[in-house]
Order: sequence, then structure tokens, then C-alpha cells
Amino acid sequence: MMAREYETVIGLEVHVELATKSKIFCGCSTEFGGAPNTHTCPVCTGMPGSLPVLNKQVVEYAMAMGFSTHCQINQNCKFDRKNYFYPDNPQNYQISQFYLPICYDGWIEIETKEGRKKIRIHEMHMEEDSGKLLHNEWEDFSLVDYNRSGVPLMEIVSEPDMRSSEEVINYLDRLRMLAQYLGVSDCKLQEGSMRVDVNLSVREKKRKIFGTRTEMKNLNSFKAIARAIAGERERQIDLLERGRQVVQETRRWDDMKEYSYAMRFKEDTKDYRYFPDPDLPSVMISDEWMESIRASLPELQPEKQARYERDFRLPTYDAAIITASKHLADLFEQTVALGGNPKKVSNWLMVETLRLLKKHGEEPEQIRFSPEHLAKLITVAEQGSVNNRIAKEVFEKMYEEDVDPEVYVKEHELTSVHDASVLKEVVKQVLENNFKVVEEYRNGKAKVFCFLVGQVMKEMQGKANPTMVGELLRKMI
Amino acid sequence: MVNKITDEIIDYVGNLAKLKISDDEKEQTRKDMQTIMDYIDILNELDTRKVEPMFYIFPVHNVFREDVITNGDDKAHMLANAPKQKDGQYQVPKTVE
Amino acid sequence: MDLMTLTAVQLSSKIKAGEIKVMDAVDAALAVIKEREKEINAFITVDETGAMHRAREVQRLIDIGELSSPLVGVPIAVKDNICTKGLKTTCASKILYDFVPTYNAEAVANLEKAGMIIIGKTNMDEFAMGNTTETSYFGVTRNPRNVGHVPGGSSGGSCAAVAANEVPCALGSDTGGSIRQPSSFCGVTGMKPTYGTVSRYGLIAYASSLDQIGPVGKDVTDCAALLQVIASYDSKDSTSVRLKDYDFMSALKNNCAGMKIGIPCEYFGERLNPEVKEKIWVVVELLRENGAKVEEFDLGMLEYVIPAYYVIASAEASSNLQRFDGVKYGYRTKDDMGVHDMYKSSRSEGFGSEVKRRIMLGSFVLSSGYYDAYYLKALRTKALIKKAFDIAFAKYDLILSPVAATTAPKLGESLSDPLQMYLGDIYTVSVNLSGLPGITIPCGIDSAKLPVGIQMIGNCFSEKTLLQAAYTYECIRNVEGKGRT
Ligand SMILES: [Mg+2]
Ligand SMILES: [Zn+2]
Repeated sequence: MMAREYETVIGLEVHVELATKSKIFCGCSTEFGGAPNTHTCPVCTGMPGSLPVLNKQVVEYAMAMGFSTHCQINQNCKFDRKNYFYPDNPQNYQISQFYLPICYDGWIEIETKEGRKKIRIHEMHMEEDSGKLLHNEWEDFSLVDYNRSGVPLMEIVSEPDMRSSEEVINYLDRLRMLAQYLGVSDCKLQEGSMRVDVNLSVREKKRKIFGTRTEMKNLNSFKAIARAIAGERERQIDLLERGRQVVQETRRWDDMKEYSYAMRFKEDTKDYRYFPDPDLPSVMISDEWMESIRASLPELQPEKQARYERDFRLPTYDAAIITASKHLADLFEQTVALGGNPKKVSNWLMVETLRLLKKHGEEPEQIRFSPEHLAKLITVAEQGSVNNRIAKEVFEKMYEEDVDPEVYVKEHELTSVHDASVLKEVVKQVLENNFKVVEEYRNGKAKVFCFLVGQVMKEMQGKANPTMVGELLRKMI
Repeated sequence: MVNKITDEIIDYVGNLAKLKISDDEKEQTRKDMQTIMDYIDILNELDTRKVEPMFYIFPVHNVFREDVITNGDDKAHMLANAPKQKDGQYQVPKTVE
Repeated sequence: MDLMTLTAVQLSSKIKAGEIKVMDAVDAALAVIKEREKEINAFITVDETGAMHRAREVQRLIDIGELSSPLVGVPIAVKDNICTKGLKTTCASKILYDFVPTYNAEAVANLEKAGMIIIGKTNMDEFAMGNTTETSYFGVTRNPRNVGHVPGGSSGGSCAAVAANEVPCALGSDTGGSIRQPSSFCGVTGMKPTYGTVSRYGLIAYASSLDQIGPVGKDVTDCAALLQVIASYDSKDSTSVRLKDYDFMSALKNNCAGMKIGIPCEYFGERLNPEVKEKIWVVVELLRENGAKVEEFDLGMLEYVIPAYYVIASAEASSNLQRFDGVKYGYRTKDDMGVHDMYKSSRSEGFGSEVKRRIMLGSFVLSSGYYDAYYLKALRTKALIKKAFDIAFAKYDLILSPVAATTAPKLGESLSDPLQMYLGDIYTVSVNLSGLPGITIPCGIDSAKLPVGIQMIGNCFSEKTLLQAAYTYECIRNVEGKGRT
């Protein structure tokens, strides 16, 4: 039993990769993947004499993020150099914003079991990503690939306002949703387009001062984040309970071993010698520019949810779930636009789609089927040419391979048989083969009727319209 | 202002700048730096409390490029000067923590 | 006819007139280089084959009428901190001993567009840090006027090459006087343009906020012509400035009547060698006689320019030079145990002592706890220096001053005391701190037969005024025979 009660205090540093086509300071592609160093030039490999030129889109994306998180905008901001030596950083300085970040003092509202809460944002700034280091365990060298070097990032620094992993994940979900809605980032944790560093400390409840915090890196899924928070909280409490001190340090979370390890940067002093980059003139953001960005902000989740409830008459629950993902919402609207009944479309997304996503451990962004195919499937099912069970079967195929439901149904002869003479023959046969059951039914045992329907469907290999079968049975018994 | 450049400062700065200062060089480095820093202290004669630091010589702002991909694969050129390379990458001593 | 005694513009005229071929000019330059280099060592790299090849190509383009600029066909030398595609660019440092850029500096691209022929890359102080060209990894350059003396620096190789008639003109770079001071010591004409006039793309940075590429030539006309070639707006350099007018040669008018010239008194204090002072005073008098309104005034701030400059330049340099680490290009230590040891050894073995001194100084003034006290303080001082010039240029079209307190010192005299060496830049650094254009014109020879130069400083973007004044003085000097080198 724990003698004292502890509170976890968490602040986050989130790096989000901005969805520009080209890098922040040069005309190289930001495309993910690609053979090592194929997306590089003198600027992003730190060649002598090369100079950076700022990508305007980065500033506009940053402003959009700022507006949607209620931030203040530094209308005169500039870039600073963060000086440190590491091979993934070709200039041995990172161009970032230290003295005057573009956005500051904002907040994001989260909602958990305990209700709504504002998580304050300390600042958001623009910076460049570093390259990638690759190492083989059995070799005594590392290799550097600068394809990611110079990809634009936005670093979002929260205040230490979170108290549980539930709050943290809610905050990250909100942030990701915002970025996706704005189109500024796809925020894929697995691909590293969203990276989370967790600053965590514990303190005895009711205490005012914060404890010593550690920073955890290498968290590449929400599950890992939750586990890391639990693990690090436990580790720190254990230290305190044993009368030891928490050391302020950077730790690397090992999700397999469910433990964090202190990262040893040999000789690292963390004195970054920040100073304004003399190669980059400052950015002056006029009121007009701010207004034009503000005016071009897309509809965000709360408005979209309200519109779905109003215009499509979706229940609040459905509207909330579908709009939680920009991807799902886009798919919904596109399918409805193709003639799908909104409630039916919503049902397919809410039930079958989410079930399959969960089953495959995938995110809505990974959905492969097109709105056209979903609309077709709904039509096919509505017209009764396939029954519900088959429709689900086809949908599963569609989910996996984006098959055309019409073609698929035809090719696999899944169309329900509407020919009454064929059905009649089968019903007749079933009644004959199950005369005892028919007796029971006639004697008032209504339950067995389902069994009979089932038998007919089985004979028909599912390709019959259950309503029609029911009608025929009743007529013929 | 620092009045005294110590050996510790030299070690610390040498580490930041990734320069090896051997014991033979250290004394001379320390002395040179001391002389220069003492001289730089003349700046304290100036009252600059009401003066903004001049980061840029001209009031030029908002120099941007449009978000367009202008570079293709130039890997061969980028690696042409690498002292050590392997599989299209720059080779460095192992960096794992 | 000795082609190499001609100015660049004269040489180009002969080429365009068909009197000589581009190959003749290149041959002549290579011949002088062959003869003088052993003694002078102005070049780190001479590109004989490349230059001859290029000469034939340019001649062909002239023949078919595609090239006709004022400097077409002229051989030129380029300082070795300016990137030349396919031609070794070392910054006179061991750390870049084998670096071959795969891209051209924008200024070099402009030379090529104008049909000029790059003969080779000139020696300099390592990473442009120095004012004697003695800190080069590739040995010292000697002053062609007196080989026992330094040529000045850091563009000592470029200025010596022009002074020795190895090339008619050259490119230098100027961060704190690196074109103007060696021009003075070698008796050539050199100009530092307004910050932003010539693209810095491909200039290997020493101090980004102060660096400018500029022309070195035999006379003011060549400087104007070469500036016209290299000045351009470049979208690859965010600090590049688009000018309304690039026609610098149109400023070459022999007329200084009514020009208001300020003489900053403190620049003529006791620090200044009397012989140098006397030569400069002759210029002042000549301009006055020819209608200029000359006035002495207090510019102020002189004692603060050196500390402000060395804090700012070293801070920027410490960061700019971090990329030299043995990973992507250049020298890498043989002893590479861990990555941080590799960095330390490569850099310690690759950089010379003056470069290391400035990296240390710059890293120190930016380090935690000192940024405000040193770096910001220096930037505030810079604002005051700039303000002093703004006030002066509200009254004057031009400021005249010495370039250096003395003529070229003897080889080996300067490096022992870094502070004294830094103080050598006292008359030139404020021009860089304020972004101003400045030009050095030869104005005499001292008793040791060493050239004396005068510095003319103009307001930002007033290159044409500056060139007109310099050209006028040059005309007077040539007529009067006074102050001729
Ligand atoms: Mg960061
Ligand atoms: Zn690039």
C-alpha cells in the first residue's frame, strides 16, 4: 500500500510534420520513403556556401494551427539557430525559433470522464527536421540519410496541465484532429509525422511545487504513450518512496520492455547558443495576412458535427464519431453526395468500418475503399438484390481490396434469387423434408419458423431474399 | 562580465565548439581569450539601455519561396565529397546511445 | 605588346575588336603566373586546362556574336572561398583541402554569363579570418610590390594576383576590410559593395551578416565593370537586394564639383602613420581644388568598432563553421573512435589556430549566460555605429578615410599578437557593420616603396556616387601625376 498519494504532472512537446510539398528552406521533395539521400541538395545537406530560403506555406500552416488553438501570433517573428553537433544535423545547427516563436499562449479543450478542461499551449514554432541515422547492431558505424533533413516541423509545447494518460491521449487526439482538419499534417505516429515527447513529474497531492521532471522520447503509438506514462510514474514514485531523487534527464522508452532508460549523450551540455539566423530576414505578419488565413480556415470538427446533426439528421453520437476523423467525415460526405442515404452511410461507417479498422489495427486514413463503391453497395443492398449477410461479406471484401460491389456480386453469383418458381420449388422441398417441424409450427410453436427460413436460405446458399422466403413459407405451410 | 577566463571555461567552450585544446595549447588559448575579452569590455562604456539590438542591417522582411519542388535526385553530387560513404549514405562512427 | 599590363576593359576591347583572341589573353595570364607564382604564391589552384577550354568556347561565342559584354574574354581569378563548380574550393583550410563544389556561387555564374574566364582560385587567410594572408594552409602570399611584406588580407591572393599582372581583375570577399585593406597594401583598386548587392550564394560564410563579394581591379573603371557583372538579385540568397539600376559604368564621370565630403577627425588621430596621413591629405586637397566641399567632422564610435565587430563576426563564424565536421566533405581524422571524438579530432587537425581562436571566442560569447552581455551588447553597439553613419550621410555624399594605419607590414610580424592584429581592421570594419559600400584607390607610395590607399565610403546603395568620386580622383591623379603608384 502506498502511504502517500501522488499526482502525475504532464506536459507535452509534440512535433508535427507539415504537409508541404517541398522542404522548409529548399526545393527538395518532402515525400516519405525514397532511396537514401535522393531528396537532397546543397541546402539540406549543409554544403558550404548554401543558403536557406523560407517556404511561405510553412508560415501559413503555422498561422492556421495558431488560430485554431486560440494562440497569439507574433507578428514579427524570426528564426534562430540551435547549435549542437550530431550527424543527423548537416549544418550542426538546427534552424528553429527560440526567441520569438510564431504562436504563443493558446489552448486546446479536451473532454474526459471528468468533464471538459483546457490544456494551455505555451508556444508553437516552426523548425526543420533532421536526417535519419541508421545503424546495424553488428557494425561499428552508422549511416546518414538526409532525405528528412529540412522537412518542415511545427513544435507544439503545452503547459504542464495534464494529469493522466487519458488526458494526454485526448489532447493528442484533439491536436491530430485539428491538424488533419486544417490539412497541415497527416499526423501519423507510425511514420513519424507526429512525434511526442512526454515531460513527466510526480508530486504529492496538495503540494504546490512541481517535482523534478524527466523527458521521455521514442513514443510511437498512443498505447506506448499510455504505457510509458504509467511506467515512468511508477518509477518516479518508487524513487521518492525510497527517499531517492528524480534526476532531470532525457529517457528513452522501450515499449517491449515497458521501461525507460536514461539516454546518455556523451559530453552533451545542452547549451545551444541560440542566436538569430543572419541568413533569414524576419517574418512580418500583417493584419491583412492574418485575416486572409483566418478567413480561409476550413470547417473544423465542432461546426461539422453540428452541421451533420442539422443537415443530415444524424444522431449526436453518430455525428461525433464520424467527424472525429477528417477522413471518415470526407468519406461520409462524398458517399452521401453520390446518393447514399445519410443514415445508411453513417451506419456502414459507424458499425462495419470501425469494426474492421479495429480488427486490422488501422487508422481511418488507411481506408482503401472509395465512396463510389460504398454508395453502390448501399444501392445494391437497398434494392434487395443481395441480403444483409451477403452485403456485409461484400463490404469486407471491399474493405480489403476495394472491389466494385456490383461486379463482385455478379462474378460470384451472389444476387438474391427473385424468381418465385425456383424458390417455390426449394420451399416445397424443405417443407417436405421437415414435415415434423411443420407440424410443430402448425401446433402453434411459432419459433420454429426461423429454422425453416434458415433451411431455405441454406439450400439457396444465402442468395435469397429472406422477406420473400418468409412470405412463401407462410403461404405454403 | 567575466573578469577571468579560467581553464574550466576553455574546457567548456572547447567542448561546445568540438575543438580539442591540448594541455600545451590551453594556457595560450586562455591568455589570448582573456586579452580579447578584456578589450571587448570597452563596450560597457556605452549606455545602450535604450538601443535595440540590430539583427538585420536593412528592414527586409518576408523573403519567401513558393511551395514548389524544384530539385530532383542529386544524390551522386551530394555524396561526391563525402570522406566515407556506404550504400548511398554518409558513414559516421556509431552513434547509438 | 604586354597584354597583362592592360586593364580588364582595355583587354576586352582588343578581344572584341578582333585584335587578339581570348586564348591569347589566357596564354598571357598563364605565362605571367608561371613566372611570378613561385615568388608570390597568389594562387591555391590554377586551372590551365579548364581556362584554355573555356577560352575557346568564349571565343566561339564572341565570333558568332552571342557575347559582347564589357569584360568578355577577360581572365579572372576568384578567391578560394567562392564556390566554383568542378574546381577545388578550399577556403585556404586543411579542413576543405579536397573540396570540389558541385555548384557555382551566383557571382561565379554571373562571371560565366558575361564570358569571363576563371584562371584559378586565389590564396587567402583561412576562412577569410585574418588581414595578412599568412594564415593560409597553403602558405603565405607575398606582396608583389615588395616580397618581404604581406599583401594584406584576407583577399591577399586576389589583390596580389592583380598587382603582379597575373590577371587583370579578381573577385575578393570583404567581411571586415578583406578587399579594401589588401587592395591598399598591393596598390590596386578594390570595392566592397553595399550588403545584399552581390549574392552570397556559394560564398562560404565567415560572418553572414557582414560578408560581401566584391571586385578587385587595376582601376576604378574595371571595378565598376566587374561590379556590373557580379551584382544581381538572387532568390537563393534571402538577404539579396533587388537594385533599380545595375548600370555602374554609367557613373564613371570625371566630376566632383559640389560633392560634399566628410573627413572623420578621429580616423586621422595619432594611430595613423604620418606618411599615410600625408598621402591621404593630398587626395583631400585635390578633390577640394576640383570643386568638392570637404569638411572635417566627428563621426564617433571608432573605439567601439573592433570589439563590436569581433563579437558579432566570431559568434556567426562559430556557428557557420560547425558544418565542417568530417562527415559530408573535407578533411576527416584518421582516428575516429566515437562520433564526438571524430568531430573534435577532425576539427582540431583541420582548422588553423586563428580560426580556432575565433570559433572559441564566438562560442563563448553565445554560450549560456553571456549572450546578452556580449552578443546583444555588440548588436546594440552596431545600431549606434549605423546611426552615426546615418547622421553623417544626412550631411555628406561621401566619407574619406585611411584604409589602414600603416602600409603593408613585413611578413611574420603580425600574427604573434592577436589583439594588435584585430586592431589593424579599425578603419574598415564599421563599413561592414553598417552595410555600406567602400572602395580603396591607390594614392601614393611610401618611403619603403609600399603603396598607400585611400578609402571612400558611400551611403547604402550609393555605389554610383562612390564610383564617380573614385573615378574623378583617379583622373585627377593620372593628370597631375601626383599619388601615382
Ligand atoms: Mg525543437
Ligand atoms: Zn534540399
